[in-house]
Amino acid sequence: MFDFLSDYDNPTLLGAFWVTVQLTVFSAVGSLIWGTLLAAMRVSPVPLMRGFGTAYVNLVRNIPLTVIIVFTSLGLANIFGVTMGTEELKVRAFRLAVLGLVAYTAAFVCEAIRSGINTVPVGQAEAARAIGLSFSQVLRLVVLPQAFRSVIGPLANVLIALTKNTTVAAAIGVAEAALLMKEMIENEAQTLLIGAVFAFGFVVLTLPTGLFLGWLSKRLAVKR
Amino acid sequence: MTSVLYDAPGPKAKRRNVLFSVVFFVLLALLLWWVWQTLDDKGQLKWSLWEPFTTSEAWTTYLLPGLADTLKAAALAMVIALPLGAVLGIARMSDHRWVRIPAGAVVEFFRAIPVLLLMLFANEFYVRSTGIPSDERPLYAVVTGLVLYNASVLAEIVRAGILSLPKGQSEAAMAIGLRKSQTMSSILLPQAVTAMLPAIVSQLVVIVKDTALGGVMLGFTELLNTRSTLAANYANVIPSFIVVAVIFIVLNFILTSFASWLEGRLRRSKRSTGAVLGADKVDDVNAAEVGGTYGTGAGGSI
Repeated sequence: MFDFLSDYDNPTLLGAFWVTVQLTVFSAVGSLIWGTLLAAMRVSPVPLMRGFGTAYVNLVRNIPLTVIIVFTSLGLANIFGVTMGTEELKVRAFRLAVLGLVAYTAAFVCEAIRSGINTVPVGQAEAARAIGLSFSQVLRLVVLPQAFRSVIGPLANVLIALTKNTTVAAAIGVAEAALLMKEMIENEAQTLLIGAVFAFGFVVLTLPTGLFLGWLSKRLAVKR
Repeated sequence: MTSVLYDAPGPKAKRRNVLFSVVFFVLLALLLWWVWQTLDDKGQLKWSLWEPFTTSEAWTTYLLPGLADTLKAAALAMVIALPLGAVLGIARMSDHRWVRIPAGAVVEFFRAIPVLLLMLFANEFYVRSTGIPSDERPLYAVVTGLVLYNASVLAEIVRAGILSLPKGQSEAAMAIGLRKSQTMSSILLPQAVTAMLPAIVSQLVVIVKDTALGGVMLGFTELLNTRSTLAANYANVIPSFIVVAVIFIVLNFILTSFASWLEGRLRRSKRSTGAVLGADKVDDVNAAEVGGTYGTGAGGSI
Protein backbone atom coordinates (compact mmCIF):
# COMPACT_ATOMS: atom_id res chain seq x y z
CA MET A 1 0.00 0.00 0.00
CA PHE A 2 2.89 2.33 0.77
CA ASP A 3 5.06 0.96 -2.12
CA PHE A 4 4.96 4.29 -3.91
CA LEU A 5 7.07 5.83 -1.17
CA SER A 6 10.12 3.77 -2.06
CA ASP A 7 9.88 4.68 -5.77
CA TYR A 8 11.02 8.20 -5.08
CA ASP A 9 14.65 8.69 -4.16
CA ASN A 10 15.47 12.15 -5.49
CA PRO A 11 14.48 13.33 -2.98
CA THR A 12 12.95 10.71 -0.75
CA LEU A 13 9.94 11.56 1.38
CA LEU A 14 12.13 12.16 4.41
CA GLY A 15 14.63 14.05 2.29
CA ALA A 16 11.92 16.39 1.05
CA PHE A 17 10.68 17.04 4.57
CA TRP A 18 14.29 17.58 5.65
CA VAL A 19 14.53 20.35 3.04
CA THR A 20 11.31 21.81 4.47
CA VAL A 21 12.82 21.77 7.95
CA GLN A 22 16.03 23.38 6.70
CA LEU A 23 14.08 26.08 4.87
CA THR A 24 12.12 26.74 8.05
CA VAL A 25 15.16 26.92 10.34
CA PHE A 26 17.29 29.14 8.10
CA SER A 27 14.37 31.46 7.33
CA ALA A 28 13.37 31.59 11.00
CA VAL A 29 16.85 32.64 12.12
CA GLY A 30 17.18 35.14 9.26
CA SER A 31 13.76 36.70 9.76
CA LEU A 32 14.28 36.91 13.52
CA ILE A 33 17.44 38.95 12.95
CA TRP A 34 16.06 41.14 10.16
CA GLY A 35 12.70 41.48 11.92
CA THR A 36 14.36 42.60 15.17
CA LEU A 37 16.38 45.19 13.24
CA LEU A 38 13.20 46.41 11.56
CA ALA A 39 11.43 46.62 14.92
CA ALA A 40 14.37 48.56 16.34
CA MET A 41 14.07 50.98 13.41
CA ARG A 42 10.32 51.33 13.89
CA VAL A 43 10.66 52.33 17.54
CA SER A 44 13.84 54.38 17.12
CA PRO A 45 13.87 58.16 17.72
CA VAL A 46 15.23 58.75 14.19
CA PRO A 47 12.29 59.70 11.92
CA LEU A 48 13.96 58.46 8.72
CA MET A 49 14.47 54.96 10.17
CA ARG A 50 10.92 54.92 11.51
CA GLY A 51 9.64 55.87 8.08
CA PHE A 52 11.69 53.17 6.38
CA GLY A 53 10.53 50.51 8.86
CA THR A 54 6.88 51.48 8.50
CA ALA A 55 7.07 51.58 4.72
CA TYR A 56 8.85 48.22 4.54
CA VAL A 57 6.37 46.44 6.80
CA ASN A 58 3.29 47.88 5.11
CA LEU A 59 4.52 47.20 1.59
CA VAL A 60 5.92 43.71 2.12
CA ARG A 61 2.97 42.48 4.19
CA ASN A 62 0.58 43.27 1.37
CA ILE A 63 2.50 41.51 -1.40
CA PRO A 64 1.73 37.79 -1.76
CA LEU A 65 4.66 35.61 -0.66
CA THR A 66 4.37 33.79 -3.98
CA VAL A 67 5.07 37.02 -5.86
CA ILE A 68 8.15 37.64 -3.68
CA ILE A 69 9.53 34.12 -4.09
CA VAL A 70 8.97 34.07 -7.86
CA PHE A 71 10.58 37.51 -8.04
CA THR A 72 13.73 36.30 -6.25
CA SER A 73 14.18 33.75 -9.01
CA LEU A 74 13.13 35.70 -12.11
CA GLY A 75 14.08 39.18 -10.99
CA LEU A 76 16.88 39.02 -8.43
CA ALA A 77 18.77 36.08 -9.86
CA ASN A 78 18.24 36.60 -13.59
CA ILE A 79 18.27 40.39 -13.83
CA PHE A 80 20.18 41.62 -10.78
CA GLY A 81 22.62 38.72 -10.90
CA VAL A 82 22.13 37.88 -7.22
CA THR A 83 23.40 34.31 -7.35
CA MET A 84 23.77 33.83 -3.59
CA GLY A 85 27.37 32.69 -4.04
CA THR A 86 26.68 29.64 -6.12
CA GLU A 87 26.04 28.75 -9.74
CA GLU A 88 24.46 25.41 -8.94
CA LEU A 89 20.78 25.90 -9.71
CA LYS A 90 19.38 23.70 -6.93
CA VAL A 91 21.42 25.35 -4.18
CA ARG A 92 20.72 28.77 -5.62
CA ALA A 93 16.95 28.13 -5.65
CA PHE A 94 17.12 27.03 -2.02
CA ARG A 95 19.03 30.14 -0.94
CA LEU A 96 16.82 32.45 -2.97
CA ALA A 97 13.77 30.88 -1.34
CA VAL A 98 15.29 31.52 2.09
CA LEU A 99 15.95 35.13 1.06
CA GLY A 100 12.34 35.59 -0.05
CA LEU A 101 10.95 33.91 3.08
CA VAL A 102 13.15 36.09 5.30
CA ALA A 103 12.13 39.30 3.51
CA TYR A 104 8.44 38.41 3.92
CA THR A 105 8.41 36.86 7.39
CA ALA A 106 10.56 39.64 8.90
CA ALA A 107 7.66 42.07 8.42
CA PHE A 108 5.49 39.89 10.69
CA VAL A 109 8.30 39.30 13.20
CA CYS A 110 8.79 43.08 13.34
CA GLU A 111 5.12 43.66 14.13
CA ALA A 112 5.16 40.97 16.83
CA ILE A 113 8.23 42.40 18.55
CA ARG A 114 6.95 45.94 18.29
CA SER A 115 3.69 44.93 19.93
CA GLY A 116 5.77 43.33 22.69
CA ILE A 117 7.64 46.55 23.34
CA ASN A 118 4.31 48.36 23.42
CA THR A 119 3.04 46.08 26.21
CA VAL A 120 5.63 47.45 28.65
CA PRO A 121 4.02 50.36 30.53
CA VAL A 122 5.79 53.69 29.96
CA GLY A 123 5.76 54.25 33.75
CA GLN A 124 8.29 51.44 34.21
CA ALA A 125 10.82 53.10 31.93
CA GLU A 126 10.19 56.41 33.63
CA ALA A 127 10.78 54.82 37.02
CA ALA A 128 13.93 53.14 35.71
CA ARG A 129 15.25 56.46 34.42
CA ALA A 130 14.31 58.11 37.70
CA ILE A 131 16.54 55.75 39.69
CA GLY A 132 19.37 56.65 37.32
CA LEU A 133 19.57 53.67 34.95
CA SER A 134 21.18 54.46 31.62
CA PHE A 135 19.45 53.82 28.30
CA SER A 136 21.18 50.47 27.75
CA GLN A 137 20.34 49.40 31.31
CA VAL A 138 16.69 50.36 30.86
CA LEU A 139 16.62 48.38 27.66
CA ARG A 140 18.55 45.39 28.98
CA LEU A 141 17.08 45.08 32.47
CA VAL A 142 13.56 46.44 32.22
CA VAL A 143 12.08 46.66 28.73
CA LEU A 144 13.46 43.82 26.61
CA PRO A 145 13.02 40.98 29.14
CA GLN A 146 9.33 41.82 29.49
CA ALA A 147 8.90 42.49 25.78
CA PHE A 148 10.40 39.17 24.71
CA ARG A 149 8.40 37.18 27.24
CA SER A 150 5.17 38.68 25.99
CA VAL A 151 5.86 38.00 22.30
CA ILE A 152 6.63 34.28 22.48
CA GLY A 153 3.01 33.50 21.60
CA PRO A 154 2.82 35.78 18.53
CA LEU A 155 6.30 34.71 17.40
CA ALA A 156 5.23 31.06 17.70
CA ASN A 157 2.33 31.86 15.36
CA VAL A 158 4.75 33.42 12.90
CA LEU A 159 7.05 30.41 13.10
CA ILE A 160 4.23 27.95 12.43
CA ALA A 161 2.95 30.06 9.56
CA LEU A 162 6.52 30.14 8.23
CA THR A 163 6.71 26.34 8.36
CA LYS A 164 3.59 26.16 6.22
CA ASN A 165 4.77 29.00 3.97
CA THR A 166 7.97 27.14 3.04
CA THR A 167 5.77 25.13 0.64
CA VAL A 168 5.69 28.22 -1.58
CA ALA A 169 9.37 27.53 -2.37
CA ALA A 170 8.01 24.77 -4.63
CA ALA A 171 7.09 27.61 -7.02
CA ILE A 172 10.78 28.08 -7.90
CA GLY A 173 11.62 24.40 -7.91
CA VAL A 174 13.04 23.82 -4.43
CA ALA A 175 12.70 20.09 -3.85
CA GLU A 176 10.71 20.28 -0.61
CA ALA A 177 7.59 18.51 0.58
CA ALA A 178 4.99 20.33 -1.54
CA LEU A 179 6.92 19.75 -4.78
CA LEU A 180 7.36 16.06 -4.01
CA MET A 181 3.66 15.78 -3.20
CA LYS A 182 2.79 17.43 -6.52
CA GLU A 183 4.99 14.94 -8.34
CA MET A 184 3.72 11.89 -6.47
CA ILE A 185 0.09 12.85 -6.69
CA GLU A 186 0.34 13.26 -10.46
CA ASN A 187 2.06 9.90 -10.99
CA GLU A 188 0.43 7.63 -8.47
CA ALA A 189 -3.11 6.43 -8.09
CA GLN A 190 -3.46 6.79 -4.31
CA THR A 191 -4.31 10.50 -4.21
CA LEU A 192 -5.98 10.30 -0.82
CA LEU A 193 -3.20 8.29 0.80
CA ILE A 194 -0.45 10.58 -0.49
CA GLY A 195 -2.39 13.62 0.67
CA ALA A 196 -2.75 12.05 4.11
CA VAL A 197 0.98 11.23 4.34
CA PHE A 198 2.01 14.81 3.56
CA ALA A 199 -0.69 16.31 5.78
CA PHE A 200 0.55 14.09 8.60
CA GLY A 201 4.10 15.31 7.95
CA PHE A 202 3.08 18.92 8.45
CA VAL A 203 1.04 18.12 11.54
CA VAL A 204 4.15 16.42 12.97
CA LEU A 205 6.20 19.54 12.22
CA THR A 206 3.77 22.12 13.55
CA LEU A 207 2.01 20.36 16.43
CA PRO A 208 5.01 19.95 18.80
CA THR A 209 6.26 23.47 17.98
CA GLY A 210 2.83 24.94 18.72
CA LEU A 211 2.35 22.95 21.92
CA PHE A 212 5.84 23.67 23.25
CA LEU A 213 5.87 27.39 22.46
CA GLY A 214 2.27 27.75 23.65
CA TRP A 215 3.23 26.18 26.96
CA LEU A 216 6.33 28.37 27.14
CA SER A 217 4.45 31.59 26.39
CA LYS A 218 1.89 30.81 29.11
CA ARG A 219 4.63 29.98 31.58
CA LEU A 220 6.70 33.06 30.87
CA ALA A 221 3.87 35.54 30.36
CA VAL A 222 4.26 38.67 32.45
CA LYS A 223 1.25 38.80 34.75
CA ARG A 224 -0.08 42.31 34.96
CA MET B 1 7.73 62.50 22.68
CA THR B 2 8.62 60.19 25.48
CA SER B 3 8.25 56.48 24.95
CA VAL B 4 9.22 53.40 26.88
CA LEU B 5 12.52 53.30 25.00
CA TYR B 6 13.75 56.88 24.96
CA ASP B 7 13.12 60.21 26.62
CA ALA B 8 12.58 63.57 24.97
CA PRO B 9 16.02 64.22 23.39
CA GLY B 10 18.45 66.72 24.84
CA PRO B 11 21.11 68.53 22.80
CA LYS B 12 23.49 65.56 22.75
CA ALA B 13 20.79 63.08 21.76
CA LYS B 14 19.58 65.44 19.07
CA ARG B 15 23.09 65.59 17.55
CA ARG B 16 23.30 61.80 17.68
CA ASN B 17 19.92 61.45 15.98
CA VAL B 18 21.02 63.72 13.16
CA LEU B 19 24.17 61.63 12.73
CA PHE B 20 22.14 58.41 12.58
CA SER B 21 19.79 60.00 10.07
CA VAL B 22 22.66 60.97 7.81
CA VAL B 23 24.35 57.56 7.99
CA PHE B 24 21.07 55.75 7.34
CA PHE B 25 20.24 58.08 4.47
CA VAL B 26 23.62 57.40 2.85
CA LEU B 27 23.19 53.62 3.18
CA LEU B 28 19.68 53.78 1.74
CA ALA B 29 20.84 56.01 -1.10
CA LEU B 30 23.69 53.60 -1.92
CA LEU B 31 21.24 50.68 -2.08
CA LEU B 32 18.85 52.59 -4.31
CA TRP B 33 21.71 53.71 -6.49
CA TRP B 34 22.88 50.10 -6.92
CA VAL B 35 19.34 48.99 -7.83
CA TRP B 36 18.99 51.84 -10.32
CA GLN B 37 22.39 51.21 -11.89
CA THR B 38 21.77 47.49 -12.29
CA LEU B 39 18.38 48.10 -13.83
CA ASP B 40 19.93 50.62 -16.19
CA ASP B 41 22.76 48.22 -17.15
CA LYS B 42 20.29 45.47 -17.92
CA GLY B 43 18.19 47.86 -19.95
CA GLN B 44 15.17 47.46 -17.65
CA LEU B 45 14.60 51.21 -17.47
CA LYS B 46 14.06 51.61 -21.21
CA TRP B 47 10.80 53.37 -21.88
CA SER B 48 9.77 50.66 -24.36
CA LEU B 49 9.42 48.21 -21.44
CA TRP B 50 7.22 50.56 -19.44
CA GLU B 51 5.22 51.91 -22.33
CA PRO B 52 2.86 48.90 -22.54
CA PHE B 53 1.36 49.91 -19.21
CA THR B 54 0.26 53.22 -20.68
CA THR B 55 -1.63 51.47 -23.44
CA SER B 56 -4.96 49.81 -22.91
CA GLU B 57 -3.86 46.52 -24.47
CA ALA B 58 -1.65 45.41 -21.56
CA TRP B 59 -4.48 46.11 -19.16
CA THR B 60 -7.40 44.65 -21.07
CA THR B 61 -5.51 41.57 -22.27
CA TYR B 62 -3.43 40.66 -19.21
CA LEU B 63 -3.71 42.65 -16.02
CA LEU B 64 -7.43 43.27 -15.66
CA PRO B 65 -8.53 39.70 -16.53
CA GLY B 66 -5.89 38.45 -14.08
CA LEU B 67 -7.12 40.80 -11.39
CA ALA B 68 -10.70 39.73 -12.12
CA ASP B 69 -9.76 36.07 -11.58
CA THR B 70 -7.91 36.91 -8.38
CA LEU B 71 -10.94 38.77 -7.05
CA LYS B 72 -13.36 36.10 -8.25
CA ALA B 73 -11.49 33.33 -6.44
CA ALA B 74 -11.12 35.44 -3.30
CA ALA B 75 -14.79 36.44 -3.27
CA LEU B 76 -16.02 32.88 -3.90
CA ALA B 77 -13.74 31.51 -1.19
CA MET B 78 -14.95 34.11 1.28
CA VAL B 79 -18.65 33.63 0.52
CA ILE B 80 -18.41 29.85 0.90
CA ALA B 81 -15.98 29.82 3.82
CA LEU B 82 -17.92 32.25 5.98
CA PRO B 83 -21.10 30.19 6.59
CA LEU B 84 -19.01 27.01 6.78
CA GLY B 85 -16.73 28.65 9.31
CA ALA B 86 -19.69 29.88 11.35
CA VAL B 87 -21.16 26.37 11.47
CA LEU B 88 -17.81 24.83 12.45
CA GLY B 89 -17.17 27.51 15.06
CA ILE B 90 -20.56 27.02 16.67
CA ALA B 91 -20.27 23.23 16.45
CA ARG B 92 -16.97 23.47 18.28
CA MET B 93 -18.72 25.08 21.22
CA SER B 94 -21.54 22.55 21.30
CA ASP B 95 -22.52 20.85 24.57
CA HIS B 96 -22.56 17.49 22.82
CA ARG B 97 -19.24 15.79 22.73
CA TRP B 98 -20.00 13.96 19.45
CA VAL B 99 -20.44 17.32 17.73
CA ARG B 100 -17.71 19.24 19.52
CA ILE B 101 -14.84 16.78 19.02
CA PRO B 102 -15.22 16.12 15.27
CA ALA B 103 -15.66 19.84 14.59
CA GLY B 104 -12.54 20.59 16.64
CA ALA B 105 -10.59 17.91 14.80
CA VAL B 106 -11.63 19.27 11.39
CA VAL B 107 -10.71 22.84 12.34
CA GLU B 108 -7.33 21.93 13.81
CA PHE B 109 -6.50 19.60 10.91
CA PHE B 110 -7.14 22.06 8.10
CA ARG B 111 -5.37 24.87 9.93
CA ALA B 112 -2.25 22.74 10.35
CA ILE B 113 -1.86 22.01 6.64
CA PRO B 114 -0.32 24.43 4.14
CA VAL B 115 -2.97 25.83 1.84
CA LEU B 116 -0.82 24.87 -1.17
CA LEU B 117 -1.09 21.18 -0.25
CA LEU B 118 -4.87 21.53 -0.04
CA MET B 119 -4.95 23.16 -3.48
CA LEU B 120 -2.71 20.50 -5.07
CA PHE B 121 -4.81 17.76 -3.53
CA ALA B 122 -8.10 19.33 -4.61
CA ASN B 123 -6.78 19.77 -8.15
CA GLU B 124 -5.79 16.12 -8.44
CA PHE B 125 -9.01 15.01 -6.82
CA TYR B 126 -11.03 16.92 -9.41
CA VAL B 127 -8.94 15.41 -12.22
CA ARG B 128 -9.64 11.89 -11.08
CA SER B 129 -13.09 11.95 -9.62
CA THR B 130 -15.09 14.65 -11.36
CA GLY B 131 -15.89 15.84 -14.84
CA ILE B 132 -14.97 19.47 -14.26
CA PRO B 133 -13.53 20.78 -17.56
CA SER B 134 -9.79 21.35 -17.40
CA ASP B 135 -9.95 25.09 -18.03
CA GLU B 136 -12.22 25.62 -15.01
CA ARG B 137 -10.44 23.13 -12.76
CA PRO B 138 -7.76 25.53 -11.43
CA LEU B 139 -10.45 27.91 -10.18
CA TYR B 140 -12.28 25.05 -8.46
CA ALA B 141 -9.06 23.76 -6.91
CA VAL B 142 -7.93 27.18 -5.70
CA VAL B 143 -11.34 27.97 -4.20
CA THR B 144 -11.53 24.54 -2.54
CA GLY B 145 -8.11 24.95 -0.95
CA LEU B 146 -8.90 28.46 0.22
CA VAL B 147 -12.32 27.45 1.57
CA LEU B 148 -11.04 24.48 3.59
CA TYR B 149 -8.26 26.51 5.13
CA ASN B 150 -10.09 29.77 5.72
CA ALA B 151 -13.28 28.15 6.96
CA SER B 152 -11.19 26.69 9.79
CA VAL B 153 -9.57 30.04 10.52
CA LEU B 154 -12.95 31.77 10.38
CA ALA B 155 -14.37 29.10 12.69
CA GLU B 156 -11.85 30.20 15.29
CA ILE B 157 -12.69 33.86 14.65
CA VAL B 158 -16.40 33.11 15.13
CA ARG B 159 -15.66 31.22 18.32
CA ALA B 160 -13.51 34.08 19.61
CA GLY B 161 -16.26 36.54 18.67
CA ILE B 162 -18.90 34.62 20.63
CA LEU B 163 -16.60 34.11 23.61
CA SER B 164 -15.75 37.84 23.62
CA LEU B 165 -19.39 38.71 24.40
CA PRO B 166 -20.25 39.46 28.02
CA LYS B 167 -21.62 36.43 29.86
CA GLY B 168 -24.71 38.41 30.88
CA GLN B 169 -25.95 38.29 27.29
CA SER B 170 -26.65 34.57 27.34
CA GLU B 171 -27.73 34.63 30.99
CA ALA B 172 -30.36 37.25 30.17
CA ALA B 173 -31.47 35.21 27.18
CA MET B 174 -31.86 32.14 29.38
CA ALA B 175 -33.72 34.19 31.99
CA ILE B 176 -36.40 35.23 29.51
CA GLY B 177 -36.76 31.58 28.52
CA LEU B 178 -35.00 31.35 25.15
CA ARG B 179 -33.72 27.96 24.10
CA LYS B 180 -30.03 27.42 23.43
CA SER B 181 -30.44 27.56 19.65
CA GLN B 182 -32.52 30.72 19.97
CA THR B 183 -29.91 32.33 22.21
CA MET B 184 -27.24 31.52 19.68
CA SER B 185 -29.12 32.61 16.57
CA SER B 186 -30.84 35.75 17.80
CA ILE B 187 -28.62 37.05 20.62
CA LEU B 188 -25.05 35.83 20.36
CA LEU B 189 -24.37 35.33 16.65
CA PRO B 190 -25.54 38.76 15.39
CA GLN B 191 -23.40 40.51 18.00
CA ALA B 192 -20.45 38.23 17.37
CA VAL B 193 -20.62 38.86 13.63
CA THR B 194 -20.55 42.61 14.25
CA ALA B 195 -17.64 42.24 16.64
CA MET B 196 -15.61 40.17 14.22
CA LEU B 197 -16.31 42.11 11.00
CA PRO B 198 -12.87 43.79 11.06
CA ALA B 199 -11.16 40.43 11.56
CA ILE B 200 -13.17 38.97 8.69
CA VAL B 201 -12.21 41.81 6.35
CA SER B 202 -8.54 41.40 7.19
CA GLN B 203 -8.79 37.67 6.56
CA LEU B 204 -9.73 38.69 3.00
CA VAL B 205 -6.20 40.06 2.59
CA VAL B 206 -4.83 36.60 3.37
CA ILE B 207 -7.19 35.03 0.85
CA VAL B 208 -6.28 37.53 -1.88
CA LYS B 209 -2.59 36.83 -1.30
CA ASP B 210 -3.06 33.07 -1.35
CA THR B 211 -4.77 33.08 -4.75
CA ALA B 212 -1.30 33.78 -6.23
CA LEU B 213 -0.30 30.21 -5.27
CA GLY B 214 -2.79 28.83 -7.76
CA GLY B 215 -1.23 30.96 -10.48
CA VAL B 216 2.20 29.38 -10.19
CA MET B 217 1.39 25.83 -9.14
CA LEU B 218 -1.92 25.10 -10.88
CA GLY B 219 -1.96 27.44 -13.85
CA PHE B 220 -4.89 29.44 -12.50
CA THR B 221 -5.05 32.61 -14.62
CA GLU B 222 -4.81 35.11 -11.78
CA LEU B 223 -2.71 38.26 -11.67
CA LEU B 224 0.70 36.66 -11.08
CA ASN B 225 0.04 34.15 -13.84
CA THR B 226 -1.05 36.73 -16.43
CA ARG B 227 2.03 38.75 -15.42
CA SER B 228 4.27 36.04 -16.81
CA THR B 229 2.38 35.98 -20.12
CA LEU B 230 2.65 39.74 -20.22
CA ALA B 231 6.39 39.63 -19.50
CA ALA B 232 6.89 36.95 -22.13
CA ASN B 233 5.20 39.21 -24.64
CA TYR B 234 6.94 42.51 -23.87
CA ALA B 235 10.16 41.13 -22.26
CA ASN B 236 9.65 43.44 -19.26
CA VAL B 237 10.28 41.21 -16.24
CA ILE B 238 11.05 43.90 -13.66
CA PRO B 239 8.43 46.45 -14.78
CA SER B 240 5.71 43.79 -14.83
CA PHE B 241 6.66 42.58 -11.33
CA ILE B 242 6.60 46.14 -10.03
CA VAL B 243 3.19 46.86 -11.56
CA VAL B 244 1.68 43.60 -10.25
CA ALA B 245 3.15 44.16 -6.77
CA VAL B 246 1.72 47.68 -6.72
CA ILE B 247 -1.73 46.37 -7.71
CA PHE B 248 -1.62 43.82 -4.87
CA ILE B 249 -0.38 46.43 -2.39
CA VAL B 250 -3.10 48.93 -3.31
CA LEU B 251 -5.82 46.27 -3.21
CA ASN B 252 -4.74 44.88 0.15
CA PHE B 253 -4.04 48.32 1.57
CA ILE B 254 -7.64 49.30 0.80
CA LEU B 255 -8.88 46.16 2.58
CA THR B 256 -6.61 46.75 5.60
CA SER B 257 -7.64 50.39 5.88
CA PHE B 258 -11.30 49.45 5.56
CA ALA B 259 -10.88 46.88 8.34
CA SER B 260 -9.32 49.35 10.74
CA TRP B 261 -11.88 52.05 9.84
CA LEU B 262 -14.61 49.52 10.58
CA GLU B 263 -12.95 48.57 13.85
CA GLY B 264 -12.78 52.19 14.98
CA ARG B 265 -16.39 52.77 13.99
CA LEU B 266 -17.61 49.70 15.85
CA ARG B 267 -15.64 50.64 18.95
CA ARG B 268 -17.24 54.07 19.02
CA SER B 269 -20.73 52.85 18.31
CA LYS B 270 -22.99 53.09 21.36
CA ARG B 271 -25.13 50.11 20.48
CA SER B 272 -22.41 47.50 20.52
CA THR B 273 -21.29 45.64 23.60
CA GLY B 274 -17.82 47.05 23.17
CA ALA B 275 -16.42 43.68 22.18
CA VAL B 276 -14.54 44.14 18.92
CA LEU B 277 -12.16 41.66 17.36
CA GLY B 278 -9.66 43.86 15.63
CA ALA B 279 -7.63 43.09 12.55
CA ASP B 280 -4.66 42.02 14.67
CA LYS B 281 -6.90 39.64 16.59
CA VAL B 282 -6.76 37.21 13.73
CA ASP B 283 -3.28 36.31 14.92
CA ASP B 284 -4.27 35.97 18.53
CA VAL B 285 -7.29 33.89 17.68
CA ASN B 286 -4.86 31.15 16.88
CA ALA B 287 -3.14 31.42 20.21
CA ALA B 288 -4.28 30.13 23.53
CA GLU B 289 -6.13 33.24 24.65
CA VAL B 290 -9.46 32.10 23.33
CA GLY B 291 -9.38 29.14 25.62
CA GLY B 292 -9.02 25.54 24.74
CA THR B 293 -5.74 24.07 23.68
CA TYR B 294 -3.01 25.75 21.76
CA GLY B 295 -3.86 25.28 18.10
CA THR B 296 -1.72 23.11 15.92
CA GLY B 297 -2.24 25.25 12.91
CA ALA B 298 -1.75 28.55 14.61
CA GLY B 299 -0.49 31.53 12.69
CA GLY B 300 -3.39 31.41 10.32
CA SER B 301 -3.18 34.96 9.20
CA ILE B 302 0.06 35.32 7.29
